[in-house]
Amino acid sequence: MNLRRFSLIGVPYLWLVLFFLAPFLIVLKISLSDYAVSIPPYTPTLDVFGGWASISDFFSKLDFDTFKFLTTDDLYWKAYLSSLQIAVVATLITLSVGFPIAYGMARAPEEWRATLMMLVILPFWTSFLIRVYSWMGILGKEGFLNGALLWLGIIDDPLTILNTNVAVYIGIVYTYLPFMILPIYATLDKLDVSLLEAAEDLGCTRTSAFWLVTAPMSRPGIIAGCFLVFIPALGEFVIPSLLGGSGTLMIGKVLWEEFSSNRDWPVASAVAIILLLILIIPIILFQKNQERQAEADQ
Amino acid sequence: MAQPAKNQTVFAPWLDDSQKPLIEFSNVTKRFGDFTAIDHLNLSIYEKEFFALLGPSGCGKTTLMRMLAGFETPSDGTIRLGGEDIAAVPPNKRPVNMMFQSYALFPHLSVWDNIAFGLRRSTMPKDQIGARVEEMLRLTRLEKFARRKPHQISGGQRQRVALARSLAKAPKLLLLDEPLGALDKKLRTETQFELMDIQEKTGTTFVIVTHDQEEAMTVASRVAVMDHGQLIQVATPADIYEYPNSVYVADFIGDVNLIEGTVTAVNEGTCEVSYAEGAAPIKAATPESGVLGTKVAFAIRPEKIVVGTEPDPTRANAVKGKIEDIGYLGNISTYHVRLDSGQLISAQMTNSRRLARRDFTWEDEVWLSWTDTAGLVLTR
Repeated sequence: MNLRRFSLIGVPYLWLVLFFLAPFLIVLKISLSDYAVSIPPYTPTLDVFGGWASISDFFSKLDFDTFKFLTTDDLYWKAYLSSLQIAVVATLITLSVGFPIAYGMARAPEEWRATLMMLVILPFWTSFLIRVYSWMGILGKEGFLNGALLWLGIIDDPLTILNTNVAVYIGIVYTYLPFMILPIYATLDKLDVSLLEAAEDLGCTRTSAFWLVTAPMSRPGIIAGCFLVFIPALGEFVIPSLLGGSGTLMIGKVLWEEFSSNRDWPVASAVAIILLLILIIPIILFQKNQERQAEADQ
Repeated sequence: MAQPAKNQTVFAPWLDDSQKPLIEFSNVTKRFGDFTAIDHLNLSIYEKEFFALLGPSGCGKTTLMRMLAGFETPSDGTIRLGGEDIAAVPPNKRPVNMMFQSYALFPHLSVWDNIAFGLRRSTMPKDQIGARVEEMLRLTRLEKFARRKPHQISGGQRQRVALARSLAKAPKLLLLDEPLGALDKKLRTETQFELMDIQEKTGTTFVIVTHDQEEAMTVASRVAVMDHGQLIQVATPADIYEYPNSVYVADFIGDVNLIEGTVTAVNEGTCEVSYAEGAAPIKAATPESGVLGTKVAFAIRPEKIVVGTEPDPTRANAVKGKIEDIGYLGNISTYHVRLDSGQLISAQMTNSRRLARRDFTWEDEVWLSWTDTAGLVLTR
C-alpha cells in the first residue's frame, strides 16, 4: 500500500547503500585483512563461489592485527593529534577571518550583496588543485609574496613559508573560507536590524549590542561554518602534501603514503576507519545543530 | 437629591500656560538626501499625555518618533526633552524607551530575560531587578509565560512582552510604533483599553504612531494629524472630529460630506454657502465663516443629517434628493442620497424602529435636514 512512499525513500537509501555503505564495508574488510605480496595486496580474499566452507574460512582469517599495529607505531597517533590540532587552529583562524567578512556582507547595501556573494563563490570556478598550486607560486622562496616584501624593503632575506605549517594554515583558511562565510552570512542576513535598535534603546552600546544580540543570534551559523571547515580540514591531504613540508604531519598524508608508496592497503584502510570514527562525533554534533536551528526557524 | 459638586478638573496641560512641556520640537527639519521627511515642525507634548501621531504612510510620523528615540538626528532645529537639547544624546543614554512595530523581542532570550534586558544594562542593583520584572509581568498579565521563548507565545502575548520590556526601565517617555498593527481587530480593541489603563497606572507619557484613526481617537488625549512632514492639526480627538481645521483633516478622520460652494452672504456668526444654481444656499452658523465671494467647502458628518419624508421644520437646512443606496449595518443605516443638484450625500440614521416599519426605501424621494450648527465651513 505504501509502495509509492517506499520507493521514494528507497532511491536515496539505495544510493547510500551502493556508494557509501558498500565501499565502507569493503574498506572495513581490507582493514581486517593482512598485508600480502600479491594482487590485490592483502589476504584473505573472499571467494563467494567456494561454498559455505570457503566463506567461513574467510571470516576466520579476519583479525584486528592492523589496528594493533597502529598502536605500536607512534607515527599514527601523532599524525591524528597533529591533524586535530591543525584542523582546530585553522578553523579558528577561518572563523576570525570569515566572520567580519560575513558581517560586512550582511551590513552592505542591498544592491551590493549579490555581487559580494558572487565574489565569495567565484574561486570555486577554478579547480581546487590549480588554486593550491598557485599558492606554491605565491609563497615560494622566489614567489610573489617574497618578491613584493623584498621590493618594499620590509625584509632583506626571503622568508621560508612554503613547506611549513604556516603554508598549510594559509592553504586551509583560503580554501575553506567560503564554507565559513556562507552559513554565517545566512544567519546575519536574517537578523532583524530593529533587534539591534531595541538593544540600544534599552541601554546597550553598539559593542555590547553586538555581544548580546548579534553574536548569540549568529551562533547557529558560526557552529555550522566551523564544522564545515573542521570536518574536511581534518582529513585534508592535498594541501599538506603540496604546501606542507616534511615536518607537517597530517593523517590524510599518512593515509595516502600507506596506500601508494607503502602499498599496505590493510594499514591504510585501518587509518581511514579510525579517521571516520573520529569524524563521526563532530558530524553528529553538526546534525544536532542543524536540527535545532530548523526547529527555531519554525 | 443633592447634585455632586462639579469640581473635577479636566486633563488639558496644553491649555495651561504655566505648564512646561516635556517634549518641545522647535523648527525641526529632517532631510534624507533630497527628500524632506519633517518640514519646520513645532510641537509641544506634555507630561502624562497620551499623544497620537496620525497620518498616512510616508507622512513623517515614524521619522518624528525615531528622532525622539535617538535613531535619527534632526537636520535643523532643536528637540528638547525636559528642557534639555537631546540632539547629542545617543539612544542608550535617553530616558526614552520604544516599543517597536515588529516588537523586536530577542528570540534567544526568555520572556523574563527580555523584560530584564534593559534593567541589567542600568545601574539597578541585581536584587531589585527581579522584583521589577515580576511587577512588569503582573502589569501585563504574563506571569505564566515568564520562562517561555518569544516564539512559544501568541501574537497578543508578544505584544504585551514588548510593552513590559519597554516600560521596565520606567522611562520618562514611551514611544509606541504602530503597537497594535499586528493584532486582529477584536484583540486590538481590547488592547487599546489595556494600553490606556497601563498608561494611567504608570503615569508615563506615551507617544503613539498609528495610521489607524479609530485607534488614535480611542487612546489619545491629543491627536496630531500629519501630512508631508507637517502638522496639519493638533487637538483633542473630539475637536479633531467636530472641528477639523481643513478639508484634509475632515476627510482623514471619519466619514464626511464635502460640498464645494461660494460664500454668498456673511452675517454676524452665520453665513450662506451656495453650491448649485437654483438650490437654496446652505445656512451655517460656524466658528469659521469665510470671506464673501470666496470658494469654500461645507463639511458635514453623515450622522448629523436627518433623513425624512418631509423637511424637518426645526432645522435650518432642508434639501430634497433620491435614495440611491442603503447600507444596513444593523444598529445604523447609511443612506446615499442624490440631490437634485447632482451631489451625492451620505446620511446616517440609527435604526430605532424595526426595518419593516421604515418609511422609505430605494428610489424614494426624501428630505435631508440639518441644523445651521451641524456642519463646518472650511476655507482650506
